[in-house]
Amino acid sequence: MAELAADKHVKYIISVEKRKDSFENVVMEHLRMNGVYWGLTTLDLLGKLDAVDSQEVIQWIMECQHESGGFAGNVGHDPHILYTLSAVQVLALFDKLNVLDFDKVANYIAGLQNDDGSFSGDVWGEVDTRFSYIAICCLSLLHCLDKINVEKAVNYIVSCKNVDGGFGCTPGGESHAGQIFCCVGALALTGSLHHVDKDLLGWWLCERQVKSGGLNGRPEKLPDVCYSWWVLSSLIMIDRVHWINKDKLVKFILNCQDIENGGISDRPDDAVDIFHTYFGVAGLSLLEYQGLKAIDPAYALPVDVVNRIFIGR
Amino acid sequence: MHGRPRKPFKPEDEAASVAKAQKLRALQSQFLSNHIHKNYTQEAVELSAALLEINPESYTAWNYRKLAVEYNLTHSASDPDLVKSIFDEELRLVENALRQNFKSYGAWYHRKWVLSRGHSSIEKELRLLDKFQSLDSRNFHAWNYRRFVASLMDRSEEDELKYTQSLIDKNFSNYSAWHNRSVLLANLMKKRREGFSQKDEVLTREYELVREALFTDEDDQSGWFYHLWLLDQTVKVESLLLVASWPAHGSNVAVLRESCTDGFASSSFNVLQFNSKTFPLVVYFNEAVEGVNSSTVTVSSKLNKDKDLIWKPLSSNNSRTAQVWVAQIDLPSTQLQSSEAYPFEVIIGQSQGITSVGGFSYNYATRLAFSVCLQPPRKEHTEGSVSGKIVWRDENFHAFEPCCVEPNLILPIDLLSINSEQDPKASTWQKEILDEEIKNFRELSFCKIGKLTLARLLTAYDALTSSYKLAHSEEVLKIYSDLMKLDPSHSQYYKDEYSLALLRQVTFDRESLFCRCVKYMGLSSSDDHHPICLRLHKLSLSRMGSFEKLLWVQMLDLSQNELRSIEGLEAMQLLACLNLSKNKIGSFTALGPLQQLKSLQVLDISYNEIGTHPVDTTRYLCPSPLSHSLASEWNQDDSVTSFWEAFLVLKGLKLTQLDVVGNRIADERFSQFLVKVLPALKWLDDVQLK
Repeated sequence: MAELAADKHVKYIISVEKRKDSFENVVMEHLRMNGVYWGLTTLDLLGKLDAVDSQEVIQWIMECQHESGGFAGNVGHDPHILYTLSAVQVLALFDKLNVLDFDKVANYIAGLQNDDGSFSGDVWGEVDTRFSYIAICCLSLLHCLDKINVEKAVNYIVSCKNVDGGFGCTPGGESHAGQIFCCVGALALTGSLHHVDKDLLGWWLCERQVKSGGLNGRPEKLPDVCYSWWVLSSLIMIDRVHWINKDKLVKFILNCQDIENGGISDRPDDAVDIFHTYFGVAGLSLLEYQGLKAIDPAYALPVDVVNRIFIGR
Repeated sequence: MHGRPRKPFKPEDEAASVAKAQKLRALQSQFLSNHIHKNYTQEAVELSAALLEINPESYTAWNYRKLAVEYNLTHSASDPDLVKSIFDEELRLVENALRQNFKSYGAWYHRKWVLSRGHSSIEKELRLLDKFQSLDSRNFHAWNYRRFVASLMDRSEEDELKYTQSLIDKNFSNYSAWHNRSVLLANLMKKRREGFSQKDEVLTREYELVREALFTDEDDQSGWFYHLWLLDQTVKVESLLLVASWPAHGSNVAVLRESCTDGFASSSFNVLQFNSKTFPLVVYFNEAVEGVNSSTVTVSSKLNKDKDLIWKPLSSNNSRTAQVWVAQIDLPSTQLQSSEAYPFEVIIGQSQGITSVGGFSYNYATRLAFSVCLQPPRKEHTEGSVSGKIVWRDENFHAFEPCCVEPNLILPIDLLSINSEQDPKASTWQKEILDEEIKNFRELSFCKIGKLTLARLLTAYDALTSSYKLAHSEEVLKIYSDLMKLDPSHSQYYKDEYSLALLRQVTFDRESLFCRCVKYMGLSSSDDHHPICLRLHKLSLSRMGSFEKLLWVQMLDLSQNELRSIEGLEAMQLLACLNLSKNKIGSFTALGPLQQLKSLQVLDISYNEIGTHPVDTTRYLCPSPLSHSLASEWNQDDSVTSFWEAFLVLKGLKLTQLDVVGNRIADERFSQFLVKVLPALKWLDDVQLK
């Protein structure tokens, strides 16, 4: 079996930043903040966070902050809750949350909560349970959960629960592993996992594993490395991860590596990208692959970073 | 990059990519400049369209479009044709963008935003969706948008249900259609709309539909979860019930006390062996409930005069709801006559207010009557503690000899057959439907989903008709063993189900439970007070269950199983001695339920896997600062942070005996920590503490 080409992946991640002029990079420019989070978290899991100049990154992050307190995906773009979480997570990686005005960021997020408890992604009002997770995760990292109505936020998420035990974007929306991660994660972070039917959802999630060992995100879909994160982290949060075959999943992820040039793709022999590189490595971390730091399934940050913030060590 | 093949690096590709990138970058820079300068000229607006047609994910460009629309509206609001044309242009752009990227959140939301403004015709939208959905019938953006449009145009749920039917008829392998069907059908049944008010008729129809899908291709998962939902709808109890209590109705509880003057009784299941200052009153419902308090549940007794009990939900998180609630009854310290049995009367549902998460109210006033007498310990039992060291060796456990069993010995597992209107009688239609489905799925039992569904149907059938026996329990166990071999990737799922089925069998009635009960006779064998131990060891249980039958247990041996967690064990409020040695417990957070067992004194968790795993699968099921679910503020104290999980679970427990040897975490430093955090500890890993 192939092993994790850790050094190649480090090189790949660093090279992505340098290949700014490729079409892929220009298309993704508006979500560079996410890209930085994926890349740097992967580096940290691989024990190589010091390969980047933290000062430079932090300065760029702060240039993306708007007067409202929210962060944009890149300089010149509009603020959005999606990028605000990534900004806070990257600062947490560097143990530099203190550069933030906590109130300012927290007020931006709290201002996006709607009367029904849901969250909008920005001032334009798109509602999605992804944004509920992001709001709760971000405020929790800033110790500012008291700025929102947590009970209403939880009730809204529960209203998106389906008869298969999963969760959708909005009430009535179909269950999807990514959405399930968001909802289960938000419930985990607020001590509300009693709202999850763990056995029902666990069965749905464990049946995401297909013959090749990979995981899909919905029934009758193709497997994809990114679900190694969405499905696995959800299964771990509800303590049902033993219901899948971990060895087969490890093999599937390792088979999606580009052994020569580094990086991980959605499926074997597809083009690699930073998103799948992160989800592949994070998935392996959840599978207790040797030599990787452990990642927290709810905060999507290394366990040592999370423990530093909440436990104090 | 989803689904794009990996290609070897070629310089000419790179050059082409750079050229394309340059063009896009020029567009983007110009657009961002227009955005910053609030430039909404026709030329600028057209440029943003060009950008979005190449890159529909450019969210800032969608925002800019909305600003431009608002700007142009304020400058042309009087002309309705112009207004309409402004919005039509947005709809056209979205359509083009979606052709480029069908999954673009920004494009879909822009369309919703436009439609919500109310200047555009909705009629076209369903036609457009039909076109999109025929290209990709599983696209969840399109489905979400469909629900949005249907509600905006007030389309009836019956019509949408017909739409799902037409998709399923075309191709049953469409999970999205089954999903939407479940949402619509649940609503229609709830509202009792015409044709949907007779549950049995609706369910029979649906079973037929989904059976067709399952029998056409048994490996296609599209109908699997729908069938499970139908089964759940079939057997769901439509009311809130009390399923167990401790003490049980009609029982006599003896509480060991020093202050009594007279003694009687020997080993009995109703002697509270280990604690004497208080005893717990436990009520167990069929669903999580809220509203259990001193006005909804009243307790009257000479021993508990004028005291409002404090009821606590037994849940491991921030919930105010729980399936199991407990109140502690204080016993008075004054001298009492031991010969006297003090009657207790508990009325559950005295006033309205107990309601379930599923929306049901407890509408009965259930009367529980039991009596309590106080009994002195035989020898030098220290009040409130186990005397001597408990040694979990086979030679210390002795079977009950048939001749020694008191004729009146009652295992207090009798459930509440005290209120006949509460007894959920299986309706004829429920049995008929299950019979029919069991018959059908026996034909499909050559494959995984056929077997699994059959096991679930049989389990449901037994639960519905289980007044006398579990008719199919052996068959269910056999099916789960077969499944472990047939589908090894999910073997642990079947193993957990097997364990639960086995526990239902073991705990089903008095006889089967009694087989597992032994008397513990420790070192001080002259002492004729022998605790009764329920031994469920060596059963290769991977999961615990059937707690509603085990509320009376004070000593439990679960050693040499394969338990990873003890979820639900918090219901066993009487538990004083627990052996979990040689299991697969991976962390202290997995022992979180122990935090609520205030009677626990003896705990053996030796030879588990605590400290072995970097990933903790119960990290979020145990109250902690990470999930903001601690009752009190977390004070960061250096001496406990290295073992914070153990600290959170063990602090407040009055353990006198603990075995942790054989776990990776167990070392000298950990022992020092344990001694500090457990001041009552007398024995740690066979060593007597000073």
